[in-house]
Amino acid sequence: MTAQTKKINIIQAINEAIAEAMEADPKVLVLGEDVADREGGGVVGVTRGLSTRFGDERVRSTPISEQAIMGAAIGAAISGFKPVAEIMLMNFTTVAMDMIVNHAAKLRFMSGGQTGVPLVVRMMTGAGIASGGQHSDFLEAWFAHTPGLKVVAPSNPEDAKGLMLSCIADPDPCIFVECSRAYGTTAEVPVDLAPIPLGKARIDQEGTDVTIVSYSEIFARAKAAAAELAKEGVSVELIDLRTISPWDRETVLASVAKTGRAVIAHEAVRSFGVGAEISATIHEELFDVLKAPVQRLGGPFTSVPFAKALEDAFVVKSSDIAAAARATLATG
Amino acid sequence: MVSPTPNRPVPDAATQLDIYRRMSTIMQNDVASRRIVKTGRLVMPYYSPRGQEVIPSAISVNLNDDDKICTIYRGIHDMIAKGVPLRALWAEIAGRVTGTCKGKGGPMHITHPASGVMVTTGIVGSSMPIANGIAWAAKLEKSERVTIAYFGDGASNIGAFHESLNMASVWKLPVIFVCQNNGFAEHTRYENATSVDFISKRAIGYGMPGFTVDGNDPLEMYAAANEAVARARAGEGPTLLECKTFRFFGHVFGDDDHYMTKEEKAAAMEKDPVPAFRARLIADGHASEEQLVEMETQIAAEIQDAIDFALGSEVAGLEELTLDVYAATGAE
Repeated sequence: MTAQTKKINIIQAINEAIAEAMEADPKVLVLGEDVADREGGGVVGVTRGLSTRFGDERVRSTPISEQAIMGAAIGAAISGFKPVAEIMLMNFTTVAMDMIVNHAAKLRFMSGGQTGVPLVVRMMTGAGIASGGQHSDFLEAWFAHTPGLKVVAPSNPEDAKGLMLSCIADPDPCIFVECSRAYGTTAEVPVDLAPIPLGKARIDQEGTDVTIVSYSEIFARAKAAAAELAKEGVSVELIDLRTISPWDRETVLASVAKTGRAVIAHEAVRSFGVGAEISATIHEELFDVLKAPVQRLGGPFTSVPFAKALEDAFVVKSSDIAAAARATLATG
Repeated sequence: MVSPTPNRPVPDAATQLDIYRRMSTIMQNDVASRRIVKTGRLVMPYYSPRGQEVIPSAISVNLNDDDKICTIYRGIHDMIAKGVPLRALWAEIAGRVTGTCKGKGGPMHITHPASGVMVTTGIVGSSMPIANGIAWAAKLEKSERVTIAYFGDGASNIGAFHESLNMASVWKLPVIFVCQNNGFAEHTRYENATSVDFISKRAIGYGMPGFTVDGNDPLEMYAAANEAVARARAGEGPTLLECKTFRFFGHVFGDDDHYMTKEEKAAAMEKDPVPAFRARLIADGHASEEQLVEMETQIAAEIQDAIDFALGSEVAGLEELTLDVYAATGAE
């Protein structure tokens, strides 16, 4: 018997997850700039319909005050609520970093476990929409480097919905990264989808020659690269990390132990990025079985530019990923 | 500066004694803290509240056990006034497992939800955004709980102050912003860093009532707090209270007060609010000398008991290093 499915995009998937959580638990709240229907239900409509359905007290549009948004979310969270805060763009978290890093992330530890902070911070980002240097950055490595936070970055509607359900249910603060380029991606998603556990990667396709690890919208490019490589007879094991922190070491290491080769691709600048952590772990754990040095791909060490040609050049392409895989295959 | 109006609430004799009991506890606790830091028996940065005893004492007698506070690193007087048990407080300061936070927060991060101390922050200004969230939770629960955000005059110049007061006013939150204006932001004199002669004037910009109160006068302080608490409980929204006071022992204990004259300091210490209120209680016939000596002796014994308890307690085991980073389990 196949489960009933519905074709939805990532915007709808996140909306459905929040709505289901709000329906099931009156403690779930939504706050952020423009999130209520009077203001349009979010700048891209992720929270559309929620204030009409659940009321303006539980779905609150806020002033343009990121510190106050995060403070309100933290205060409500330590008081027993489960706020889903929207910081419109990932770059805008910079003006709320004190609240996120010094408070949301640390209050549980500093209080000796007395005040957990069960909140979700949603944000969109990504180059490719001509927004230039202050609206496009992937800053997930900053948050992944912060003990106390969990970091999630889905690539498709099913994961977006299932991971959002888990983030809302999670007792700790979760950073939920949405790539604006991927919002329109559609897929058939089970209507009664269960939460997808945090910290579990998804093996999209099994393979034997090289492991490719990616997440968020770049995952689609990794998948295209895998298809390209398949034509050349290369068998790729393709992993969508889904959760950046805590990341699924077990799945990645088991895969690389099998293939002996790995490529990691993300949109964030390559230097000091998530790819560096994964690569270092693979080298530490699997030095003896590696057939080639791990390749990691990310943006060049620069700001996201405006001019279309430059912006296109900033983001890792599927051809870059395929080339990196070929490079590992040419070694050893 | 708002002049006292007629028919303001006056604390009865028992309440006045309760205020004095809290003030005396704070003062004696401070004497003990400075002694123990000076002799090197405990190592910590100590931000003495000496001179500021009246403010939280006169506020706290207007609060219930389930009312909440968020305070700052110079906040031990706020915690004692709200009722954090001295044993757990001292054990935390001493870094022992029996402390409020198992010794993991320390003096700058005391948390004790059971007595309403939800957050103690080491970041100037950060008590305010979180207090809003706690007040939002009370409003959502249709509770009459109020939340106090304590901060200093320096914090009224940080962005979080602006964002928090604006949001609290727009959302009509049951929160009271209590600025303990001791005349110095770290080492910088008030007038050299603050644009207005009275911080209470800033309330006008946020559409909320704002008052400047003699923070060393228990009856003035009581009346202002009583009215602000009543407004909050009645759903009439936030209040800004600027409480003028003076800190006797600089920014951090050990600093040499080079930024003020000896005469200025001596003049301020002449107006020590603790003996002044003590004399007033006797003059007004609310207490006898013998009664107050008995009370003070009992407080001294409680503090000594707390110190003995703390120093006799164990330090947390090393497993605590990675516990409470996330719920239930360690970091990885």
